Amino acid sequence: MGKLSRREFMSLGGATAVAGITASSSLLASSAFAAEPVKLGLLHSLTGTIAIAEAAMVDAEKLAIDQINASGGVMGRPIQAIIQDGASQPSVFAEKAALLLNEYKVPAIIGCYTSASRKAVEPVLNRKRGLLYYPTYFEGEEEDPNVIYTSQSANQSVVQAIDWLAKEKGKTFFLVGSDYVYPRTCNLIAKATLPKVKGRLVGEEYAPLGQTDFSAIINKIKAAKPDCIYSTVVGGSNVAFFKQLRASGLDGTKQVLLSTVVSENEIEGIGAQNAVGYYACMGYFESIPGAANQAFVKAFKAKYGQKRVIGDPMECAYNSVYLWKKGVEKAKSFDPQKVIVASRGLILEAPEGEVKVDEKNNYVWKKVRIGRARSDGQFDIVWQSPGLVEPEPFIKM
Amino acid sequence: MNFSIAVMQAFDGLSLFSVLLLMALGLAIIFGLMGVINMAHGELMTLGAYMTYLTASGFEKYAPNLMGIYILVAIPVAFLASFALGYALERLFVQWFYRRPLDTLLATWGLSLILQQAYRTIFGSGEVSVPLPSWLNGPWNLNSTIQIPLNRVFIIALAAGVTLGVYVLLNRTRSGLRIRAVTQNRAMSAAVGINTRKVDALTFALGSGLAGIAGCVFTMIGSTNPGTGQLYIVNAFIVVVFGGVQSLMGTVLSAFSIAQSQSWLEYFMSGSMAKMTMLAIVIVVLYFKPSGLFTTRVRS
Repeated sequence: MGKLSRREFMSLGGATAVAGITASSSLLASSAFAAEPVKLGLLHSLTGTIAIAEAAMVDAEKLAIDQINASGGVMGRPIQAIIQDGASQPSVFAEKAALLLNEYKVPAIIGCYTSASRKAVEPVLNRKRGLLYYPTYFEGEEEDPNVIYTSQSANQSVVQAIDWLAKEKGKTFFLVGSDYVYPRTCNLIAKATLPKVKGRLVGEEYAPLGQTDFSAIINKIKAAKPDCIYSTVVGGSNVAFFKQLRASGLDGTKQVLLSTVVSENEIEGIGAQNAVGYYACMGYFESIPGAANQAFVKAFKAKYGQKRVIGDPMECAYNSVYLWKKGVEKAKSFDPQKVIVASRGLILEAPEGEVKVDEKNNYVWKKVRIGRARSDGQFDIVWQSPGLVEPEPFIKM
Repeated sequence: MNFSIAVMQAFDGLSLFSVLLLMALGLAIIFGLMGVINMAHGELMTLGAYMTYLTASGFEKYAPNLMGIYILVAIPVAFLASFALGYALERLFVQWFYRRPLDTLLATWGLSLILQQAYRTIFGSGEVSVPLPSWLNGPWNLNSTIQIPLNRVFIIALAAGVTLGVYVLLNRTRSGLRIRAVTQNRAMSAAVGINTRKVDALTFALGSGLAGIAGCVFTMIGSTNPGTGQLYIVNAFIVVVFGGVQSLMGTVLSAFSIAQSQSWLEYFMSGSMAKMTMLAIVIVVLYFKPSGLFTTRVRS
């Protein structure tokens, strides 16, 4: 055959394409699932500044989806993840949430990290009757009927942390945080808790978001000489704060430092050598003993590499997929409204142990733990709540 | 405020000065001498930080017993990498935008976004941890209450060295003479045989290289992630504009006054208030002295 004419070429291409389609459809038919996949939206920042925290959460969610698909899917249907990038901008989050609900018709979305992005998505959810699983620890102060909050709200970690510090480490407290809603709410709760544990406030400081120099705050801490430093400094500032604390001699031996925002993920950036000896209060630590967590950690590292670490928000993201599966199976429907109703009182055996959705609101009951950072970037768990801690969406003062 | 705290506070002001100076020097050369508003300057700092990270990882893997001195290798590596990227950027990109300041602003801003995403793709979106050599970690205990961070002492010394180097380069060498000549009168310089294009490229590359050194330093006190540069770029611009755009001495004095007032203000008020007050002062000063604190007179 000589040169192909354009017409011949096109028809040849067409034939190949048809052959391809037949081949792939027969492949589908022969695979485990005959049923049509159900779509699940994953809406996180994969680009921009918040991608630091959110990209890893998508990994955890994809692991859960793989596991569920390998064991028969949700009500016999495999999950197809529709991943959208919120690009660290609340407006893009809202846009992508609308896209997921209108175009892809997803019955549920797992996503958001900052409260700003969640607040932007909520009006879209309410209009379209969508369902969002929000897997990040946050300040609470809201109760949206279309959102299930799968991580600890501020009251769950802060009250326990302050109580433990006062009992174990000393009565004078210095509160330091980034200057926005989460740290300020946490500190409101901390200050309300102090009198109950006979603690005393000796200082409270806020650094603007993105602050790179903490020397003035460190000097204020030195001047106030607290027994305990409670930190809610977030993001890249955290790295600067920890490095500068250690460099200026506040290495946790004289004063104890506890943070409710430093997980294993943050320690990767801070550097284990800079974080060792400081405390964190979380729902989940990678070092939690027990078969359930070991299986989770093993599966995650097998999929993404031995060097990866798992922090609290990643585990909550992973749990969210399973909570949705359980909700759907209990409701026997993918309808978001039915799933929300069915989720009330739902109990999940998660890697962190039992997690239970509240009977009246969409928050979860969970255990809270305090860990001390080790030189390998993991935590030694030094305390855990005796039972599940009740969530309080709105602070009771 | 007792004596010990005052000593530490004074030292911190000095240390912030050295940090501001390091990040503003490169910008002062590019913005001040060339008139290019380079919004991607922060990303050139980030490159320096990532180069330091790579050097540290390399030492950790191949020469773990030399980890103590990796930083001395990382500084030139960071400089050279940013110098090379700066040179390439000027040749391929920035040179087409000379004398179009607004376009440059937009174009280099776009460039900054591209570079950030490139870092994200190459190094991952998360923070990377750059270990500090053990001899720089921790405080130097002057007495039981006064502790001076060792890494800050190192940074102050480095900033002094770099500033001196830049001064000597600009004022005591042939290349420096050419740079200054092109700055003052481009047409005349070209007429007497100076290759102004080459001078432009080298000046831009030099400024970029200095950003690389600044980035290397930031790994000691702050975070390293694709967006790191953004945290510093605004302060760098404030220092350069406040100091008076075409004067290196202005940059030094401006960095000093901003660092000292920022540091002390922050001690006596909240962080956000201090930042706001600082910016208010800068605005008032620029209102009365639009060309900055120090200006060198040039014939226009």
